[in-house]
Amino acid sequence: MTTEVGTETDVKKEPEKVQEDQQQTDQPDQTSDGDAPANTEEHQQGSQSAEAPTEQEESPEPRSPTPAGEQKKEKGISRFLPPWLKRQKSQSQEKESESAAADVKDGEQEEKGTKEKSEDQPAEVKEVTGEKSKTEEVQVEEKDREEQKSVGSADTQPVREETEGEPDENHKQQVNARETPSKLTKKMKMVVCHVTLLDGSQFTCDVEKRAKGQYLFFEVCKHLNLMEKDYFSLSFKDSADQRCWLDPTKEIKRQIRNSQWQFAFSVKFYPPDPSLLTEDITRYLLCLQLRQDIASGRLPCSFVTHALLGSYALQAELGDYDTEEQRVDYIADFQFAPNQTKELEEKVVELHKSHRGMTPAQADIQFLENAKKLSMYGVDLHHAKDSDGVDIMLGVCANGLLIYKDRLRINRFAWPKILKISYKRSNFYIKIRPGETEQFESSVGFKLPNHRAAKRVWKVCVEHHTFFRLTSPEQPTKTKFLTLGSKFRYSGRTQAQTRQASTLIDRPAPYFERTSSKRISRSLDGAPVVNVAGGDSMGVGENGPTLELNSDNKVVDVEKPSVDVDTSVSEQTATHVADSAVIKSKLRVQGENIYVRHSNLMLEDLDKTQEDVLKHQASISELKRSFMEATPEPRPSQWEKRLTGSPATTLRLQVSGSLEEELTSLFLSKACFSGLTLSCSTTAAPVEGSKLSALPEDPQKTSPHPENDSRDGSKSSEVIPDVNGQMEVVEVLEETVVIEEVVKARPKSPAPDVTTESGTAPEVKEEQSLSSDSESEDEAEYHGQTPSASFCVQQIKEEPEEEEAELNQQALPLDAEPQPIREPESSAKEEESSSAQPDEDISTEEVSMTPDEAPNGHVLDTEDLPATEGEEPHIVNGNVSRVETERLPQVICCSEPPVVKTEMVTISDTFAAQKTEISTKEVPIVHTETKTITYEAAQLDGNGDGEPGVLMTAQTITSESLCTTTTTHITKTLKGGLSETRIEKRIVITGDSDIDHDQALAQAIKEAKEQHPDMSVTRVVVHKETELAEDED
Amino acid sequence: MAELLAGFGCYTHAVVRAVPRSLATQALRSGNLEVDPLKVQQEQEYYVSVLTQRLGLEVIELPADETQPDCVFVEDAAVVCENTALITRPGAESRRGEAEAMKRALTELDLNIVEMTDETATLDGGDVLFTGREFFVGLSKRTNQRGAEILADTFKDYSVSTVPVLQGFHLKSFCSMAGPDLIAIGSSEAAQKTLKIMQQMSDHKYDKLTLPDDLAANCIYMNLPNKGHVLLHCTPEEFPESAKVFEKLKDHMLIPVSNEEKGKVDGALTCCSVLINKKSKI
Repeated sequence: MTTEVGTETDVKKEPEKVQEDQQQTDQPDQTSDGDAPANTEEHQQGSQSAEAPTEQEESPEPRSPTPAGEQKKEKGISRFLPPWLKRQKSQSQEKESESAAADVKDGEQEEKGTKEKSEDQPAEVKEVTGEKSKTEEVQVEEKDREEQKSVGSADTQPVREETEGEPDENHKQQVNARETPSKLTKKMKMVVCHVTLLDGSQFTCDVEKRAKGQYLFFEVCKHLNLMEKDYFSLSFKDSADQRCWLDPTKEIKRQIRNSQWQFAFSVKFYPPDPSLLTEDITRYLLCLQLRQDIASGRLPCSFVTHALLGSYALQAELGDYDTEEQRVDYIADFQFAPNQTKELEEKVVELHKSHRGMTPAQADIQFLENAKKLSMYGVDLHHAKDSDGVDIMLGVCANGLLIYKDRLRINRFAWPKILKISYKRSNFYIKIRPGETEQFESSVGFKLPNHRAAKRVWKVCVEHHTFFRLTSPEQPTKTKFLTLGSKFRYSGRTQAQTRQASTLIDRPAPYFERTSSKRISRSLDGAPVVNVAGGDSMGVGENGPTLELNSDNKVVDVEKPSVDVDTSVSEQTATHVADSAVIKSKLRVQGENIYVRHSNLMLEDLDKTQEDVLKHQASISELKRSFMEATPEPRPSQWEKRLTGSPATTLRLQVSGSLEEELTSLFLSKACFSGLTLSCSTTAAPVEGSKLSALPEDPQKTSPHPENDSRDGSKSSEVIPDVNGQMEVVEVLEETVVIEEVVKARPKSPAPDVTTESGTAPEVKEEQSLSSDSESEDEAEYHGQTPSASFCVQQIKEEPEEEEAELNQQALPLDAEPQPIREPESSAKEEESSSAQPDEDISTEEVSMTPDEAPNGHVLDTEDLPATEGEEPHIVNGNVSRVETERLPQVICCSEPPVVKTEMVTISDTFAAQKTEISTKEVPIVHTETKTITYEAAQLDGNGDGEPGVLMTAQTITSESLCTTTTTHITKTLKGGLSETRIEKRIVITGDSDIDHDQALAQAIKEAKEQHPDMSVTRVVVHKETELAEDED
Repeated sequence: MAELLAGFGCYTHAVVRAVPRSLATQALRSGNLEVDPLKVQQEQEYYVSVLTQRLGLEVIELPADETQPDCVFVEDAAVVCENTALITRPGAESRRGEAEAMKRALTELDLNIVEMTDETATLDGGDVLFTGREFFVGLSKRTNQRGAEILADTFKDYSVSTVPVLQGFHLKSFCSMAGPDLIAIGSSEAAQKTLKIMQQMSDHKYDKLTLPDDLAANCIYMNLPNKGHVLLHCTPEEFPESAKVFEKLKDHMLIPVSNEEKGKVDGALTCCSVLINKKSKI
């Protein structure tokens, strides 16, 4: 927050300019009215928030003498807070703010802080507008996708701006986004990325130099028209010519280092059952990958299988065998095997003839049904040596780790068997749970060629474990699971999540041309064609409007490196701002999802303590079930899709193939339960809406100075009152959702209102919580810890020094949440800041607080998990849990899993809220939050009176996307003849430090806004915990 | 059309070999038991008649070779899966010659023949358990790692896992497939241990049919058209308790086949035939 103030000044000076620049940048995407801030205000929230961070980040640098770490922290905070405040202000005082904007200066004090924020708004709003318009257009264009996106909630913004020194590296294109009054020139440094697609074609895309991996990845997916993208990834060759996966959450440049900007799009997680994929295009791409794998010998198979698979490939691409047109040599273009013989080709043709009548999609399915059974399907092999120095191969696959000697499988460690995965130097270790009859050592070490290889294996293990084993809000079983607490975590969706998301895909099957990798020339499709126009990133995908930095309106300067040198630091920073803004806008348009990072390893739980847990969980699941069944109400079509996507339905689909699989699924379900919290929320806490937990990367910017802290506090308290006036009631008529917005200005005194309202009061609440791992990418000083799952028994941690990830076993009863939260380690500053704010809020606003923990954000998180037990438990997400009082208009909570450092910032418009019935004893803290968040009944006619509504229906919809979990609770009540529907939404953004929390938050808010334009976000809670980060590599 | 990996237990042909007179006296054996040549002959005749007459398989009966006293146990000489036959290099040097006749027979059946030429490799077919999904190769006195590797190279579609044979003669001396995804396993500690290892090594889930007697766990499962699940298993005379277990399999056509005499020279039911499914040929 502090940062903001300082930062904003710059922006303020030339809001106009900024806007212009923005627009220019965005232009390609923009369609129309980007300018009217007023109109879009509400919607813009998301964008604003996203932008805000950028500005702040940039500006602080030059000025602030504070060490980098602090700066970052500041930035982080500013990111979250400012937008909201601004937004609120904007709503109420747009004009004012604009006029006032000029006045604000850096040195302003606490009191002014508030104003500043408000003032800033106009500028930001304008900027945002452009983006917003884009977004809307896109949405219109892609109705189908929209659903998914919205579900997924947060758009990802791959690019995250870094304030730190800009390297003057060669950039093919630089764009001067704008000049700030300070006469700083901002440049956009663009790089051309070449991506080799699965069909062998090249996709060229302009990417901002600092763009993160996911930006490029999403561009590629867009180009491919691919929605089930979680199975895929981009890879590149490192200096040692080893294939490395591009981490979507990190800057591309930092990953590829000195390598070429050359990537390959390929399958990273081979779906064990391709028939469960939703779209043909996904299967097609998988087929292409497998053909590649087969032809290259990576996926060995017999002669017969080569022939059979080859024949399906022919059928898919060429259709029925045509006796007249097709001769034997027609297949010469195809490669079916590493060593293709005439005999094989003949066999292929023979089989091809037998496939007559089979459609391409059917042929692909047949292809996959056969390919998936191959023993090496989906096995990622790594060379290694065993303890005796014997050459072996480590194969990472969906079910665990396989050990091969030559082609022989000599051992296998299913995920449930693995207690710990670690690497140290060039050694890779797994600690396995010894079985009764097992003769194996409890710990096995492998020697990798080098350190990087060891880490690569480790990473792949973590990713596969996370992807294939995590998630499922279904009934928990007795299991312990491991939590990966290392700095690195898989950032994508898990298979369960992606399957769930896939069920939401509602678009006509996209047309695409099947093009053999060997026959690229044949592709004439109407499908998305690769645009390789002069390094411009052409958004060909559905999203159509892509931001072109090069667009006409904008002045694009292509500068060579030399020029860069000339630019002053200040200029650079300015550029950054512009860049970031542009990038963000792009991302937003794309509607991509933010990656969630939580990786939990589940292990079999042998402890009796677990039984209790199980029982508990079982009861919860029961509640959930009954709840779900009980609410068959018709709801707006909007929601229906979500419902279908709800974990309950989707996740059950998981198939268990073997004993282990069964175990796995059980584990998964449990894991999900604890890890995702969704189930809990759904079940236990019907009230809760969707949760957005985003993980802020940087250690929170706790106010570096005490002054700041006080400011924050004041801000929150002061600002909030003004803003909080808004109440929203949503009425649902049949399938239409009517949202009434009631604005009421409320004094801080919350108490009266709160009490009146009872749980059933019709209100629309939107709650978003961002949980972030505070891991500063750059500095790596701290890194977020694993989102704590309530049940996590074991954690895999990457330890900085050793670079060793360990799974720590902890038997955690539900209650037992990670307690690191309250560690003394938390920096004093942070604590101060965190405590300061919360205190204020709480004291003034909240009726009841938990004494100890309330002040600290962490506490909240910790406690949340246990909440499940209560009838209305809140979400147990390791991160933030919020108990929903009925009356919370909109709340945004950002929380992170408890780690060393914790900081919690709470901004709430509303004061006193009433406590709803929270039966959970274990979650005292939660109560506190709830109260804080609550909005008053005064706004609602019926509510305030204490008129108890009759609960007609209640529904909870949970959806998950990459990194966000959205739980929407819809309650329909009948009051005095009026039926009111209250929608509560809780969004939890879970993320690693690598995630751009700001973006996630912004996106979440944006989406929420779009869905419920009349609703407002009244509270944002950022909970951050940081841990000492390990050095990468 | 040919469905890969499908039709486990479906066979059309069987290769067997006549019992040489030398078996009774010269065949290798872990025990020191007297073998009645006549009884062995009778057992074999019944065995073949079951395959041909009761089950309708096309049986290729190779003539006995008196210089190869163990030649009746054809299983060790070849591993056939789908259209590919791996001619093994038996661990017992005295048995290496058995492969030649087998190779000829399988060649005539138009199978793709792969020979194990590596001098360091040994593999007995009795150590190879094919579950329909994957191979398990027992590392025993007769089978070594290299042999298993060659088998893995031969049947690339399948994963090949090695498991130790802690006790007993061959891997299949105490286990075999009794149905799709159903492993018959002896109840000895060693057998159970091996099963555990197999379960750990596999991505698939197998059911197990535990038999009181290890040797009884060697049975022959087939899935034949018009007959359904067929199981050739031990007789109540040999292993009364184990026979009762088999008799509980209601879905199977149960055919008790005596193996008493052959058992004295470590022969088991599966040892006496190589089963082939020619229809699976693409």
